[in-house]
Amino acid sequence: MTQTRNVGAELPSQQFENVVIRFAGDSGDGMQITGSQFTHTAALLGNDLATFPDFPAEIRAPAGTQPGVSGFQVRFSSSDIHTPGDRPDVLVAMNPAALIVNIKDLAPGGIVIVNTGQFTERDVAKAGLKSNPMTDGTLSGYRKIEIDINDRVKRALEGSPLSPKDVQRCKNFYTLGLMYWLYSRPLDPTVAWLKDKFSKKPELAEANIKALTAGFNAGDIQELFQARYEVAPCTTMAPGTYKNITGNEALAIGLVAGAELAGLKVFIGSYPITPASSILEQLASYKNYGVISFQAEDEIAAICSAIGGSYTGHLGVTTTSGPGMALKGEAMGLAVSLELPLVIVDVQRGGPSTGLPTKTEQADLLQAIFGRNSEAPIPVLAASTPSDAFECAVEACRIAVQYMTPVILLSDGYIANGAEPWRLPDVDKLPRFPAKFTTVAPEGGFLPYARDEKRARPWVKPGTPGLEHRIGGLEKAHLTGHISYDPENHDFMVRMRAAKVAGVRDTIPTPAVVGEPQGDLLVLGWGSTYGSIASAVEIARHKGQKVSRMHLRHVWPLPAGLDEIFSRFKAILIPEMNLGQLARLLRSEYQRHDFISYSKVQGLPFKTFELNNKIDAILGK
Amino acid sequence: MAETQALTKKDLKSDQDVRWCPGCGDYSILNSVQGVLAGLGIPRHNMLFVSGIGCSSRFPYYMNTYGMHSIHGRAPAFATGIKLANPELSVWIATGDGDGLSIGGNHLAHILRRNVDVKILLFNNEIYGLTKGQYSPTSKIGLKTKTSPMGSVDRPFNPVAFALGCGATFVARTIDTHLKHMEATLAAAAAHKGSALIEIYQNCVIFNDGTFDAIADKTVRDDKTIDLEPGKPMLYGKTRDRGLKVEGFDVRMVPAASADTWKADTSSAGPAFVMSQLDGDPTMPRPIGIFRSVAAPIFNDGVNAQVRDAIAKKGPGKLRDLFYNGDMWQVT
Ligand SMILES: Cc1ncc(C[n+]2csc(CCOP(=O)(O)OP(=O)(O)O)c2C)c(N)n1
Ligand code: SF4
Ligand SMILES: [Mg+2]
Repeated sequence: MTQTRNVGAELPSQQFENVVIRFAGDSGDGMQITGSQFTHTAALLGNDLATFPDFPAEIRAPAGTQPGVSGFQVRFSSSDIHTPGDRPDVLVAMNPAALIVNIKDLAPGGIVIVNTGQFTERDVAKAGLKSNPMTDGTLSGYRKIEIDINDRVKRALEGSPLSPKDVQRCKNFYTLGLMYWLYSRPLDPTVAWLKDKFSKKPELAEANIKALTAGFNAGDIQELFQARYEVAPCTTMAPGTYKNITGNEALAIGLVAGAELAGLKVFIGSYPITPASSILEQLASYKNYGVISFQAEDEIAAICSAIGGSYTGHLGVTTTSGPGMALKGEAMGLAVSLELPLVIVDVQRGGPSTGLPTKTEQADLLQAIFGRNSEAPIPVLAASTPSDAFECAVEACRIAVQYMTPVILLSDGYIANGAEPWRLPDVDKLPRFPAKFTTVAPEGGFLPYARDEKRARPWVKPGTPGLEHRIGGLEKAHLTGHISYDPENHDFMVRMRAAKVAGVRDTIPTPAVVGEPQGDLLVLGWGSTYGSIASAVEIARHKGQKVSRMHLRHVWPLPAGLDEIFSRFKAILIPEMNLGQLARLLRSEYQRHDFISYSKVQGLPFKTFELNNKIDAILGK
Repeated sequence: MAETQALTKKDLKSDQDVRWCPGCGDYSILNSVQGVLAGLGIPRHNMLFVSGIGCSSRFPYYMNTYGMHSIHGRAPAFATGIKLANPELSVWIATGDGDGLSIGGNHLAHILRRNVDVKILLFNNEIYGLTKGQYSPTSKIGLKTKTSPMGSVDRPFNPVAFALGCGATFVARTIDTHLKHMEATLAAAAAHKGSALIEIYQNCVIFNDGTFDAIADKTVRDDKTIDLEPGKPMLYGKTRDRGLKVEGFDVRMVPAASADTWKADTSSAGPAFVMSQLDGDPTMPRPIGIFRSVAAPIFNDGVNAQVRDAIAKKGPGKLRDLFYNGDMWQVT
């Protein structure tokens, strides 16, 4: 049944270094699955890749409307890439709404594949359009390929036991098959995936495989194309074993690994919120790693339960997004006061308030660093790519355990849902940072607020005989931890907690400058702007501009050596998906440099060309 | 192990000075808890007290056990985390009417619903003590406080009815001045498997003095309260000559001989709920004692059993397997 014909063999085959495809359809059209399957196959073929899923907050907005459009962009390449691409080369539009929402992004001369079966007058009206974009000139300047996918799926699945409605559900796999043909990809990985996914509903597996194969074999459509395309495997990737991973997956794995490297088990207390929920979901499936997962009644209970978990000797973790961060503030302060390890993950989304739940933003930076009552210092890290979320999670666990402190790890919607190849770590080469539990009173008696060389206090598991003690949010006397209202002691403890967190700087590296160590412009980023910045700086350097880049993983405390690095550049450009929060922070920390803030808060990542335009404007070219 | 011999009350007193107002009901509660817990045969290092914020929430500092004085209203959430992560610990919560029923009402509801094996002492003084005397969600209508100078118009919670509504598996009520009763109730709660809520009428001498006098004062207590003892007839009065009978949704006063036997483990929480509604009727004795005590699946058991099952089925997770699975490819 999955037999593919060598159709279109007579067509010339054209090599491309990289291609960007965007699948766009109604929320019910299965575009996210189509996109992830295409990605999955590209990964197995050894392409470097990056993805950008973009979907509405509503699960099913009214069918056919513009707010209901769901898109998935994938870029696959034979060379190293850092972003899912500024503009798609190919747009697949399943209905008028999908077409109109996405067409403006399509590269000039790009291919648009349109499902004409969904372009009736009614469909056009549902999309809120006055005229049919197929005929009103909207598509001039693009190569238009018209296919009635509705009808073709119907015919391909003639005699299927599925209802006509269920038959239409297979449209996305027909489309995928066609794209597999166009880009010379095998069907096997998707066939295997379908068989596994529908192992209990073989009739669905069969229908989708039939649709997929029919799309691949649609000889008459193939005549519409002038060539078949190929994108060779990427040869510049470092040797190793890879798998394709999203940011949330990598982060969840990193938390389990980080706990394990500390000799601990994860306790996750969390409350579902987009775009963080899948971390909790994944951790809930890691029970055989000893993970205790608790879906609490709200974000406050979530973090409090995680602190409880840490108190008993687990690695407490809580995961959320902006609105949840706001709720957790008071408990974070308690964690600072209790001096227990805790990892707080904030997968940022557009705000304020409910904002843009499914869109990305970086506007929680200052909240993470300063957003608590009183002096409540917490180290803050930020992941820069999906696979980097793994390393950041491990690093967050290390800091939490070694310094007996809550740590905030920032990710965002773009990293959370985006995917890229992840070079799997060599288990033996991972850092180990075993937690030390105090089990017997040292000579002179046990002091719960004594400190080690990192200013960390001892960690005692309740249940340890002879070390019974009480902790709490009231100010504690240095060493004994007894309640203390003494003014001098409070001043001492406030400074002690600040010094402890500042001391994290001693165990973090100064980030590398990529490019010349000095020059006209340093592009400095944090978080998910990484890919766009890396691409833009590469382009700028090719053009001969004296531009280098640097990316911060540790955003608080800031690593040592920044002041000196900044002084080697005439100006420092800081692109951020907020109104300039890192720039504001750096201006207050390092007053003698020219920080140029470049901000964009559209719920979308920076495009590479936007950054290049900005660089050009600054350098006067 | 350091402590196999029996504990005394003194062993459970911490080295911290107790700082409640002289005459505060909290003292006798502390004393009773220390007495009862010393006799449970649980080593001190396996006892853990969690509290929120309030006068009552200072409780953990005075217990020579492990303890956490957390944040306002959230003790049940901390306790849930603690009990899930280490089910060996005997976990107790000290909370107030404001802490447990106002800011922390949501968490209290959920810990009871889940039936986490934690014992909850709700110190009900019908006032916010620590913040110096504002009305609370259990204050009587008409109570004049700093924030209700013309009298409170805020309808109060009935903590017992609240707990029953949450599906609590053990619900009891006792009185700070009724030491024998308090100790028996604490012991019953300690023996219960699952969450246990004890509402303790606690006098705040400073901001709400005497609020329970009409029923709890020793001179009237026998006539104004009825002790719900599972399996025993519902009798009250100095000479225990009167009794109660539940008829449908009503409760009638009857001669002792006609009194019903109290059952706290009926399949429905209905009878317990009906008894909880006597609070509003000044002609009726106020029920104290054990309203409800039933067995039900325990949340922390369920969660930990799933972890054990997963390990038994899949084998203990190894780091390598965490990374190396699913579709992978090699780059050479
Ligand atoms: C988030 C927060 N809000 C308000 C307070 C102030 N506060 C402390 S205790 C309390 C009420 C305590 O009343 P209750 O729980 O009845 O305890 P009691 O003092 O009566 O024992 C309030 C409002 C606080 N500590 N934290
Ligand atoms: S204010 Fe009331 S509740 Fe608080 S310690 Fe004093 S008497 Fe007790
Ligand atoms: Mg109170």
